[in-house]
Amino acid sequence: MKMMSGAAMVVEALKEVGVTHLFGYPGGAVLDIYDALHAQDDIKHVLVRHEQAAAHMADGYARATGKTGAVLVTSGPGATNTITGIATAFMDSIPMVILSGQVPSMHIGEDAFQECDMVGISRPVVKHSFLVKKAEDIPMAIAKAFYIANTGRPGPVVVDLPKDIVNVQDSHPYVFPDDVTMRSYNPTLKGHNKQIKKAVASMLKAQRPVLYVGGGAIVAEAGAYVTQLAELLQAPVCSTLMGLGAFSSVHPQFIGMLGMHGTLEANKTMHNSDCIIALGSRFDDRVTNNVDKFCPHADIIHVDIDPASISKIVNAHIPVVGSVDKVVLQMLDLLADADFANQEQKVADWWRQIEEWRSKKCLQFDQSSQVIKPQKVIQCLYEHTKGDAYVSSDVGQHQMFAALYYPFAKPRRWINSGGLGTMGFGLPAAMGVQFAYPDAVSVVVTGDGSIQMNIQELSTCLQYGLPIKIISLNNRALGMVRQWQDMNYKGRHSCSYMESMPDFVKLAEAYGHTGIKVDHLDELDDAMARCFATPGLVFMDIMVDQNEHVYPMQIKYGAMDDMRLSKKERT
Amino acid sequence: MRRIISVLMENAPGALSRIVGVFSQRGFNVDSLCVAPTDDESLSRLTIITQGDDKVIEQITKQVNKLIDVLKIAELTEGPHIERELMLIKVGNKTELSRAEVKRNVDIFRARILDVNANNYTIEITGTSDKLCAFEDVMSQCGDIIESARTGVCGLARGDKALRP
Repeated sequence: MKMMSGAAMVVEALKEVGVTHLFGYPGGAVLDIYDALHAQDDIKHVLVRHEQAAAHMADGYARATGKTGAVLVTSGPGATNTITGIATAFMDSIPMVILSGQVPSMHIGEDAFQECDMVGISRPVVKHSFLVKKAEDIPMAIAKAFYIANTGRPGPVVVDLPKDIVNVQDSHPYVFPDDVTMRSYNPTLKGHNKQIKKAVASMLKAQRPVLYVGGGAIVAEAGAYVTQLAELLQAPVCSTLMGLGAFSSVHPQFIGMLGMHGTLEANKTMHNSDCIIALGSRFDDRVTNNVDKFCPHADIIHVDIDPASISKIVNAHIPVVGSVDKVVLQMLDLLADADFANQEQKVADWWRQIEEWRSKKCLQFDQSSQVIKPQKVIQCLYEHTKGDAYVSSDVGQHQMFAALYYPFAKPRRWINSGGLGTMGFGLPAAMGVQFAYPDAVSVVVTGDGSIQMNIQELSTCLQYGLPIKIISLNNRALGMVRQWQDMNYKGRHSCSYMESMPDFVKLAEAYGHTGIKVDHLDELDDAMARCFATPGLVFMDIMVDQNEHVYPMQIKYGAMDDMRLSKKERT
Repeated sequence: MRRIISVLMENAPGALSRIVGVFSQRGFNVDSLCVAPTDDESLSRLTIITQGDDKVIEQITKQVNKLIDVLKIAELTEGPHIERELMLIKVGNKTELSRAEVKRNVDIFRARILDVNANNYTIEITGTSDKLCAFEDVMSQCGDIIESARTGVCGLARGDKALRP
């Protein structure tokens, strides 16, 4: 049996579970762990500039790879600073383990220096948490934390480590568990056969089927099966913001993102469908609009690994609990015997209808002057990256423009905070992606508001030489807030304008990077080319139309397909 | 509608706060809550009285069941079940007449006097919540209620049905 300190156990256990990168920031309560990290090369520690960014980096790393992201922070403020990052991961079901230092056991509850009840403060936004009380329990706690984080519906797990159990002087027996199964935790992966049969029967009967694909399809790596199912049924496919890329956005059956800023054809198709096949999506309020008017003609088949997501918002007629890959494979097995000779004819009317909606070209925009439209920037980015970049996004108008105008042909390429909507997510997430794939093109689409929420990480980028390309759509305002103020508050722009915007080019240069400012349309293409030709990090400060709105947009309290198509036109 | 939800969970630190957390985070009601270890000391049994329609109860059940520490969950009010609650109540009585009246009602309700003092009785009563409320009413009529403490409801399904790991 190996004897080692608690701190060494933390590092050993992290190696055992396959951690390659640890995003963190040292402080009093974790100095012992940092000392143990110093003595090894297997795990690369990334020193961030703010703990929130550490959580987002681990998150970006996890979204791009499917592996569990790992974070190490000190007690008190170190721990509390990660909360926004943890909540972001929680809302989007991202596997992450956060190791937080804690004051020595004997001082817990005494309001000791840098004490904070991390298990308590994080409780509503974690999948589970551990307060480790004995050094011997460290390997088991870490093993369980990683197991829980990345099985079932993934999520963040906190492991709180009091300083006395990790001190480097004491030595304890180290045993890494062979088995971490828990009697109270057994996620259902395979769907119930009876439910699968019902679902398949409903699909075969359907005249107007549609697949509504969510983030669960990406988590389960179910893209290939989903594509097979869609092609077999010749059904249109729409995707949630979180599901983009699970089914290729350049596939002819893809009809776009659905929901608040979904395409007209996606929302119309959903509303008029007679059979909705929801795969790893959760009927979020940003999708359904008014639940009472939601898709009145459809039989709803809802596949989700989390039973609590089913019939939470919209009643599912055929609930199937299970992992999207396993369930869709079960469906395909049953469908293997079905007769699809008449399928094309069966859905012909349906497709005629959909093509009519498509022909409205709801994503058209007017780029007739020299003032750059934000949509144009995304299209330009798509061309220069050949659609093959990892695109991380912040939150706001630019996020919707990126989701709508950059088609994702592959899963795990679109990295954004969908559920919590965390501004400041984009840059650190793109850094996490770049650490995972050093040779990939990692882009951030951001705005002048969002980028300033974690801009300090430009310094981390310099330290680790991350060649991230920042595409900042600068409209000198908080665009999405301004859009809502235009639409719902008679254009009263209360506090959505920043009067003291920094010179982003100089700012990028101050951090040791390249900055490029783009003012007019005719400079855009060259500037974008320069951005990708320049080695290292480039900050593109692109002046875009301040008055542009994101359309289409659902009309409040309406049905899914009640939409504004432009400032003047509605359905 | 009043519902009794019974939960079998790991007897682990923090498990209770997680369950209570689900109720407060998701806006569910808790009327009473009763928790203690079971015959298997590694497990705790928790009984919650809550209000809600079928949709709400389905969500409560699913959300609680999702917690890592929870093994099993069942709604007892769905089928035949027994439920009991215990109350300790201290009743002041200044006159001989009132002492006799309290004593008489203790017998009628099959309660027990646990402590006697010159000025008051402390009484134990077990039963359904309704019975406890009725007893409380009677006591307030024949004496002065000084204080009372109730355990909250605990219950089991009738017959062979059981919550086991």
